[in-house]
Amino acid sequence: MDSTVEHSRPDVGGDHGDHHDGPHIAPMRMYVAIVSLLFLMTAITVCAAFVELGAFGTPVALAIAVFKASIVVLFFMHVRYNTPLMWVFAGAGFFWLLIMFSLTMQDYMTRDWETPVPIEFLDLL
Amino acid sequence: MSSHSENPALQHHFDDLKQQYEAANMGMWAFLAQEIMFFGGLFSGYAVYRYKYLAAFIEGSNHLPIFWGALNTVVLIASSFTVAMAVRAAQLGRAKSLFNWIISTMVLGVAFLGIKSIEYADKYHHGLIPGANFTYDSPMAGQLKIFFSFYFVMTGMHALHMIIGIGLMIWLIPKIRRGAFTAEYYSPIENFGLYWHFVDIVWIFLFPLLYLIGREPWIQL
Repeated sequence: MDSTVEHSRPDVGGDHGDHHDGPHIAPMRMYVAIVSLLFLMTAITVCAAFVELGAFGTPVALAIAVFKASIVVLFFMHVRYNTPLMWVFAGAGFFWLLIMFSLTMQDYMTRDWETPVPIEFLDLL
Repeated sequence: MSSHSENPALQHHFDDLKQQYEAANMGMWAFLAQEIMFFGGLFSGYAVYRYKYLAAFIEGSNHLPIFWGALNTVVLIASSFTVAMAVRAAQLGRAKSLFNWIISTMVLGVAFLGIKSIEYADKYHHGLIPGANFTYDSPMAGQLKIFFSFYFVMTGMHALHMIIGIGLMIWLIPKIRRGAFTAEYYSPIENFGLYWHFVDIVWIFLFPLLYLIGREPWIQL
């Protein structure tokens, strides 16, 4: 793409820019690759919705969404090139989200597991 | 290390530009973690009711137009790309290019909201807005009301974030034109980019969860 600009600065493009003070500046072709991948995954998720996947329909749709979100976070939001502290900050929100989902669904999905206490145990309570 | 007198972009309470940049970046991610929890609450509520009323959620989802939903996904991903290019232009200190990419992002953001309003109007005409004019003839009408409540609250909060994002761009544009951002200082652009990408990520999950449930041909309604 605009490779002349990239070559005009020594710290632009590729992985050679790690030993300078400023932030990493990714080459334009990386952004084009990521956005193409995002378009492709959107097409795949729409097509997959019409395929008979049975119980796997939702997991497949969610896996595609998680993949898309991950490449947005890593490449568009530059976490890939960021400090370990930033990885922790970026990961914390998603980690707590996971806890919220698993504990909430663990409750609701097991509510009908409850069975009445058998009569012979009642006087033990 | 640049000394304080050397660089006007450096605020006096930071040691150097790198520290200033990282502080701004980290603050933005702390804000985004809060945003994740905000939308996370909505997604949790969605998960619980979808688990309880799956049949109604499938029926409700089949009332949403995949074409407009998919088109909006493409529009929003394209806007994520343009804002990523805006941040890159800022990193390279190219003000004119930065201005053009921000304008492109704004156009795509407005297009998204335009498509969304077409969908909302369609729902209104079909009497599918809970509270306003909900008329649905089915024994599952109550459960469908819950599906459409989630649809409107989740897409509505998402659209509100888009409107705030467009407002932020309106605030940034005069600054860009004044030349307030350089290759050394562009944290407002970078943080706006992070915000916009986050809004994109929310939609990446909303689209399959709302529009694409139970589209398999074997499901008979």
